[in-house]
Amino acid sequence: MSEHSISSVPPTPTGPAPRRRGGETLRRLLGNPLGLTAVVLLGVIAVAVLLADVIAPFDPNYADIRNILSTPDLEHPLGTDGGGRDILSRLLVGGQTTLLAALLCAGVAIVVGLPTGMLAGYYGGLVDGAGAWVTNIVLALPGMIVLLAVRAAVGPSVWVSMIAFGLILSPGFFRLARTAVRSVRSELYIDAAKVSGLSDARILRRHVLSVVRAPLIIQGALVCGVAIAVQSGLEFLGLGDSAVPTWGVMLNEGFRSMYDAPLNLFFPVLAIALATSALVLLGNALRDALDDPTGPGSGGARAAAAAAVAERRRAGADEPDSSTGGHLLEVRDLRVGYPQADGTVKEVVSGVSLTLDRGEVLGVVGESGSGKSQTAFSVLGLLPGDALITGGTIRIDDAHTVAPGDTAVDQARLRPLRGKRIGYIPQEPMSNLDPAFSIGYQLVRPMTHLLGISREEAGRRAEDLLRSVGITDPARVMRSFPHEVSGGMAQRVLIAGAISCEPDLVIADEPTTALDVTVQAEVLDVLRDLQARMGLAVLLVTHNFGVVADLCDRVVVMREGSVVEQGEVRSILREPQEDYTRTLLDAMLADKPGRAKALAAPATPNPSGENLETTR
Amino acid sequence: MLPFLIRRLASGAVVLVAVCCLAFLLLFFSTDDVAVNILGEQATPEQIAAKNAELGLDQPLLQRLADWWVAVLSGDFGSSWFNNETVVGALAARLPVTLTVVAVAILAIGVLATTLGMTAAVRRGWADRAVQTGAAIGDALPSFMIGLILVSIFVVALPWFPAVSVIAPGSGVSAWVASLTLPMIALLINGVAASAQQVRGAVLTQLSRDHVRTLRSRGLPEREILFRHVLRSAAPAGLTVLSLQFIGMLSAVVVLEQVFALPGVGTLAVQATTTGDLPLVMGVVAYTTVIVVVVNLLVDLANGWLNPKVRVA
Repeated sequence: MSEHSISSVPPTPTGPAPRRRGGETLRRLLGNPLGLTAVVLLGVIAVAVLLADVIAPFDPNYADIRNILSTPDLEHPLGTDGGGRDILSRLLVGGQTTLLAALLCAGVAIVVGLPTGMLAGYYGGLVDGAGAWVTNIVLALPGMIVLLAVRAAVGPSVWVSMIAFGLILSPGFFRLARTAVRSVRSELYIDAAKVSGLSDARILRRHVLSVVRAPLIIQGALVCGVAIAVQSGLEFLGLGDSAVPTWGVMLNEGFRSMYDAPLNLFFPVLAIALATSALVLLGNALRDALDDPTGPGSGGARAAAAAAVAERRRAGADEPDSSTGGHLLEVRDLRVGYPQADGTVKEVVSGVSLTLDRGEVLGVVGESGSGKSQTAFSVLGLLPGDALITGGTIRIDDAHTVAPGDTAVDQARLRPLRGKRIGYIPQEPMSNLDPAFSIGYQLVRPMTHLLGISREEAGRRAEDLLRSVGITDPARVMRSFPHEVSGGMAQRVLIAGAISCEPDLVIADEPTTALDVTVQAEVLDVLRDLQARMGLAVLLVTHNFGVVADLCDRVVVMREGSVVEQGEVRSILREPQEDYTRTLLDAMLADKPGRAKALAAPATPNPSGENLETTR
Repeated sequence: MLPFLIRRLASGAVVLVAVCCLAFLLLFFSTDDVAVNILGEQATPEQIAAKNAELGLDQPLLQRLADWWVAVLSGDFGSSWFNNETVVGALAARLPVTLTVVAVAILAIGVLATTLGMTAAVRRGWADRAVQTGAAIGDALPSFMIGLILVSIFVVALPWFPAVSVIAPGSGVSAWVASLTLPMIALLINGVAASAQQVRGAVLTQLSRDHVRTLRSRGLPEREILFRHVLRSAAPAGLTVLSLQFIGMLSAVVVLEQVFALPGVGTLAVQATTTGDLPLVMGVVAYTTVIVVVVNLLVDLANGWLNPKVRVA
């Protein structure tokens, strides 16, 4: 394995979040078959090597010259080598040097990389710059060539070469520690600790070490594996000290007698392969146990949950569809859920019904986690891959995109509709344009594809569209890349993109939330104007009743996945029937602080799905 | 783009100078035994002194470093202390073998790792599990061990390939194929395993980005989104992985050349190391560093070209 593929890509700690109890991680690690195998293997190897002096039948260097290259028998369970030495004894005793040298390598890498990385991350500036520079140089060196140079200068000591290799691998730990410290540093609790008068050293020790501990073990295991591999490689080249039995030296001897006694090569190969595989598997399993809070064994439970939903859905497929018919869009009793690791399905939309007719603007209002965006993405057919339709139907033009019994949106039916019949305006303008392509390309390409027009014609249309959303110099904007325009400009571009193929229905997901207040008003004007001019039906998802009052004909108020009430905008604004609607209305009237108050109010407890929309 | 290019070139040159100086100081710090090694144990003190003077070893260390740089800048890396072959000539004779193995392997790794990583990320399910498991196993075995296994099977047990390189000056393509196929496969297995996981991760990250959802909402074909948009945004990460793979391979190939008895730079490096032929060791260090700097520069350029923000800056 190439040492650089590991040293350069440390398992990045994701800030202080994964501060789980050690016992929990260990349980998950051992619950993973690969992790368990690795731990057991390493345990066996460690015990065998530690007890080598007791269990080895011979002295590793005792040569029985009348009995060379013998096949395994009772006296020599693994046979003898070209010098008549017992292979089992040499493997056991040689393992001591091999493994100890690997530990030395990891130790040096940690001792050098960790403190320097912590200092660089904590103090930044010059320290950080110097560290990054040295790191880049070391990473750019082929380790084996450096080790050859060290061997030429210093001689054949395995300890010296492993210390040198530890230095070569230390950038991995440097980066690990630096990343961890930087993320922890930006956390509030460091500031709090500073205020309370803790010294820098104590802050680093207390808070940072607890964060890096797990990634450190992972990286350490991987480094040990690489060290064994590289050390064996060096000794295989004949650059080791042949007087000290190690697995690498045995590899070299076995290779020379490969034709006469293939087993002499096989046993050290097996020992090295088992040790490095176990270390790499341990590292990977540990990373999985930390990374995915639901653990590696949870895939089965999720699949089972999904299968159960599918079964239930199929059973209910014959239920009468209480459709009223004749609408552009009709969502009936829609339920959306996500299978969880414990085999349950967490529902985020629980029975939403709504209809939308041509030329109509329907607002869907609710706070974060109310399921309004999930409803919109169900209509678009752009839910995340693990989402399940657990109930209900969706019809567009009286044809099902979610039929009774379906657990997923019918992509074959929706794909031809997207772009052409349904447009989508996202929430966050800057992240919704591909940074690698010019704005012109991103506007033109859907038109050439869907409308079959030439690039020149599509270009002219794109300029017209940009003008119609209030951009005065469309030619320049077309040439620009997304990072070269402002957020308000990008949102206009996205609106232009949504309507470029003249859809009947536009789904706008919080189209003004990410914009400055003045730009918000302008974008709303653009939307209102386009809607009236093109006779668009708009499904407008928002948390803001002001936007609803401004644009919508009807409104659906959602909370915790269900519809609280719906009706004409005017009547709901005047006489809300539900307390929750009134809270949202009050929030609008009290402006921003009010919104925060409403979200924090006890009337709206929704701890579970709070950040669902942003994380999905 | 030009300032970016100049900056990278300058930093590459600094790395090159720093590495060569460090290596020189390390290697030439104690050269007391060199003359004895060359002349043999029976050499008289006068012979040794004459040899030291001939090699310039009686000069102060920094003086020798300066002399080395002056010579190198005029293209003269000196000669082997043991057989008078010039360092440049020795490297030129062996570079083609090593670079062929590494270059073909890296190209194949790029293609295979991208295919497997993309498949795993897009299909998920069993394809994902298969790629991940295979990658974990392949990644755990160093390439020279894979080479040893290949030799035991395809050279010793089934004599399909020659045990010793049959590449000679002027030999045809078949000799190169016969000699280099197994080492390439050994590099390939390990490299694909290590890179496919990284490609998978990069593609998954890109697939979850907001603009991919928006592209889908625009009615573009899924293939186009995957190959033009997702693959392109994942490419910088993939290229970086490949460049690191490449550097790792320059290490791995040193051992692999011994396993397959190839007349490459790695073999040269090992010989020079064991005999203490320091001018040759310096030559190998300098050549490897140049290659690494050039490859990193190319990757930087490619990433700059892929990323419009850098392109404009």
